[in-house]
Amino acid sequence: MGEQSATFDFKVSVKSTASIVGAKEGKGPLGKYFDIVMEDILAGKESWEKAESEFARLGLDLAVKKAELKNEDIDYVLAGDLLSQSAGATFGALDMKRPFFGVFGACSTIGEALSLGAVLVDGGFAKNVLAGASSHFCAAEKQFRFPLELGTQRPPTSTWTVTGEGAAVLSREGGPPYITAITTGRLVDMGVKDQNNMGAVMAPAACDVISAHFRDFGRTPDYYDAIITGDLGYVGQELLIRLLKNEGYDVSKKHRDCGIEIFDKNTQDTHSGGSGCACAAAAFCGYFYNELKCRKLNKILFVPTGAILNPTSFMQGENIPSVAHAVVIEN
Amino acid sequence: MDDTYIGKEKYKEMVKETAPKSKTTANSFRAFIVGGGICVIGQIIHNLCLSAGAGRDSAGTYTAVVLIFLGCLLTGLGIYDKIGKFAGAGSVVPITGFANSVSAPAIEFKKEGYVLGVGAKIFVVAGPVIVYGTISSIIVGLIYYFTR
Repeated sequence: MGEQSATFDFKVSVKSTASIVGAKEGKGPLGKYFDIVMEDILAGKESWEKAESEFARLGLDLAVKKAELKNEDIDYVLAGDLLSQSAGATFGALDMKRPFFGVFGACSTIGEALSLGAVLVDGGFAKNVLAGASSHFCAAEKQFRFPLELGTQRPPTSTWTVTGEGAAVLSREGGPPYITAITTGRLVDMGVKDQNNMGAVMAPAACDVISAHFRDFGRTPDYYDAIITGDLGYVGQELLIRLLKNEGYDVSKKHRDCGIEIFDKNTQDTHSGGSGCACAAAAFCGYFYNELKCRKLNKILFVPTGAILNPTSFMQGENIPSVAHAVVIEN
Repeated sequence: MDDTYIGKEKYKEMVKETAPKSKTTANSFRAFIVGGGICVIGQIIHNLCLSAGAGRDSAGTYTAVVLIFLGCLLTGLGIYDKIGKFAGAGSVVPITGFANSVSAPAIEFKKEGYVLGVGAKIFVVAGPVIVYGTISSIIVGLIYYFTR
């Protein structure tokens, strides 16, 4: 439909969700909405990478259990994370022994997984699809930034990678909420090179996909109870509102951001907000899914945002491109 | 988003307007206090060595050794990164910061083993300082040799 969108003939039910987070996220404003708060950042494993896979494994398993399904009922697993070769999702889904698609969209991964999952279910290729995404603060710092014990200062525009996993079962059978449409984002490069200001990297991608969504469906922000981006943070939120105003859409009253809501910036020292695959994934699977279930929200546009930061291309002087995917979830 | 919407240059300006600024004055003050504090500790160690009968040269060496040890110890105890967060350059520039930049990756990459982990990655932060420090000292040495 339109340039970048698709609507679904069948109602693709978000049958169940599961969210697992670390201790810091558990102490945040959304703490009580998560299924499991893991006090041990190592999750009983010997490395952060293994811990991330354990978060992923627990989340994927729990989502299947909460949907009252068995592993055999899952036709496809679509999962991803931030680590090279999607190691977090790979080792997390290894024991399930189900058909597996690794997906990558950096922090927008859950949006990509939900979009493709809904396409598979609606197209009749699957009855149940398991979608998930994970990230781990320490593992992400190690891969993308500096060793943890290095005494450096984080700039005020920086964000804090969320430790956790969010997973959802999409099904042909099941009640509300439903995924009714998707708008798939284009890759966007607005010339930003600052890896400590991911909000500025991703805001144009969010603006691009949200305005495309409104154009494709002839909708305005008023159609939705909330437009929820993944991890723009405070800096990215301001930029997104200004960019969309430029396009003729005022989202200032409807916009919410998982990165802003998952941490308390005054007490948790997270600067611009939360980030990482698990930021949007856990905030949706924990908090926003619950809000939809108890009908405090009925129509949301969920827009996980991703900055495609490759350490090698970055060092070779490339800009950081970004992408965001919009998923319409309604009761 | 295409350039046609707002344009990269205009967006760059918008980003600049939006980004919260680092508190330069407060950060400089903290760096001065902590950096100066580390130097005072160094001076105390130096004076103690001198009063214990060490020569001027060896007192300097002992001081460096003790400060490096303290930097590594505080890194291992998970304290130095907290000092660094508060002090910024104040705890990066002194020799303790150098010790921190070597010991932090050593701890971090221990999980990948002692050869491909610690051995290969220990200088991942300090490597450039060592390489270009060595090269510039050679250049300065040559200039001194030919001009003295």
